[in-house]
Amino acid sequence: MHLTRDRIIAFAVLLPSLVLIGIFVYGFIGQTIYISLTDWGRGAALAEHPQMHLIGFDNYKELFTGFLHARFRQDLVNAFFYTASLVIGSLALGLFLAILLDRQPRGEGLFRTLFLYPMSLSFVVTGTIWRWLLAPEGGINVLPTFVGLPAVQFRWISSRDQVLTFDWQSLPAITAILVAAVLIFLAWRTWRAGHRRRTLATVAPAVLLILWAVFGQRLVPQMLPIPERHGFNLATIGVIIAAIWQFSGYTMALYLAGLRGISEGLHEAARLDGATEFQYYLRVAVPILKPITLSAVIILAHTSLKMFALIFAMAGPDNASTGHPAVLMYLTTFRGNKFALGAAIAVILFLLVALFIIPYLVSSYREQRRRAS
Amino acid sequence: MTGRLSWARLLLYVTLVIVAAIYLTPIYMTVITALKNPADINLSTAWQLPSRLNWGSFSQAYAKLGPNFLNSIILAVSATVLSSVMGSLNGYVFSKWRFRGNDLVFTLLLFGMFIPYQIILIPLFQTLRQMHLYGGLPGLILAHVVYGLPITTLIFRNFYSQIPSSLTESAQIDGAGFFKLYLRVIFPLSIPGFVVTFIWQFTQIWNEFLWGITLTKYAANPITVGLAQLAGGEAVSWNLPMAGSIIAAVPVLLIYILMGRYFIRGLLAGSVKG
Repeated sequence: MHLTRDRIIAFAVLLPSLVLIGIFVYGFIGQTIYISLTDWGRGAALAEHPQMHLIGFDNYKELFTGFLHARFRQDLVNAFFYTASLVIGSLALGLFLAILLDRQPRGEGLFRTLFLYPMSLSFVVTGTIWRWLLAPEGGINVLPTFVGLPAVQFRWISSRDQVLTFDWQSLPAITAILVAAVLIFLAWRTWRAGHRRRTLATVAPAVLLILWAVFGQRLVPQMLPIPERHGFNLATIGVIIAAIWQFSGYTMALYLAGLRGISEGLHEAARLDGATEFQYYLRVAVPILKPITLSAVIILAHTSLKMFALIFAMAGPDNASTGHPAVLMYLTTFRGNKFALGAAIAVILFLLVALFIIPYLVSSYREQRRRAS
Repeated sequence: MTGRLSWARLLLYVTLVIVAAIYLTPIYMTVITALKNPADINLSTAWQLPSRLNWGSFSQAYAKLGPNFLNSIILAVSATVLSSVMGSLNGYVFSKWRFRGNDLVFTLLLFGMFIPYQIILIPLFQTLRQMHLYGGLPGLILAHVVYGLPITTLIFRNFYSQIPSSLTESAQIDGAGFFKLYLRVIFPLSIPGFVVTFIWQFTQIWNEFLWGITLTKYAANPITVGLAQLAGGEAVSWNLPMAGSIIAAVPVLLIYILMGRYFIRGLLAGSVKG
């Protein structure tokens, strides 16, 4: 009796938070999706009750194939390169630093503090400082002159050069080949595990995808009237360096906690088996740290897909070379008053993040259920 | 120790010192630039120590950033306290008053911490306007409290699940109800949990920029927006943005240096599965 009353109180205490999250997260996401399907932004957009009409997926079609929205497409490509570089760079550097500190040097605490302090700073502070460090004729670029070398000429955040360019029209083919590559890798693993039939089931779609990518191009309707080149903007390198500076300490902290969790006995056993320290880290520690790597990939990818403040402060929102959908969403919505189009960009960003987050949350939910039962 | 081993140690220390120097370079550059006279700042001598110390940049920068600094203090303190108290109660329910669908509801709540905030920005902007909270600090506080709930709830839930149930059960046998149990048993044990959430939330809110720039008008701009405006524009003399960066960074850096252990716990809480 008493317990039942307390259970009701407990739920009543939780309820306000649930209602708030229900509205502010799920309700608002639904509303943004709805807005993205309207034409909100055609005159008097800032009225308290603006005129909106449902127009279906036109905003999305505009973004992906509209003549005026080449910047969005380049921003999407940038987001891909930002994410890949931040994830790989921070993981590699973080693991390296964690291994160094795992050797228990003297002053370990001090070094840890030094490697992690950028994480406590605001992106705006980081961006402001690095903009100065990467100034075209100063900062990092003049460092080689102190040892008699010529100054670096590279324009870190304002370069207009592009590498790895491709035609937007071939994006479906490139995607198909990338997916096929992943499938072939998986097939190779099932082959080694001895599942012959499953291997075939994985190879077949991969072959189909490659065949389609090579021969089936004509079947795709022309997306753009003229070829449009996109690629890796070299100006993003400056932002990537600053982001890795800020986040590598974070992956270091994660990996160091993981390395310290590995029992000393395992390390000892590897040593007795004649493994060098290098082999121990490569063959024993890194596979054990796989769950940590996964968590770090998810957090870093999700951070980089919403990276707004760093780019805003470092390169300025109007710098097209360093653009990012998160910045473009802000410009489109709050400067251009094109709310529906901004909402569509937000939805695309959200879907990209959800790709990483939802499997992560589902697996962590399953784990909790397992533990509870 | 064998000779080979000490060579390895030496290499380790040399590597560590070099990397540490690289990590400190931005700070060095920031401090020396902030202390220079605007006239002495040029690209070719950027790395040299200032010939004469000029502390004036700090008071000049503070003259511009002072109101923003105050806004951020009000914002960060109130949103931190509110979201931590709510998170503590939520975590208490999720760990000690488990109900049917407990884990599902918790996971749905957690999702709110991983969304890119662009996806809720337009409805948030509209809703705050309709509530007449757009442009000022209360609206921004509301946003930070609501979207802070997932992480604070997560930290407290994990923290409370370490409190043995024998402790809570014996209090319940003594007749303690929901609130009595919280006040007598749970809350007194919560201090480390509150320290972790306070530090985490304060740092996050202090550093936030997207909402600051979209949801507040000039008078309510937080420090990050003030700094972006101070540093933006083409013809800036760099001593001011650098002094401004230091002013904006000092509160969180102090917290980090003094309470780094708790900062790392918050950091790990957000990324290690619940």
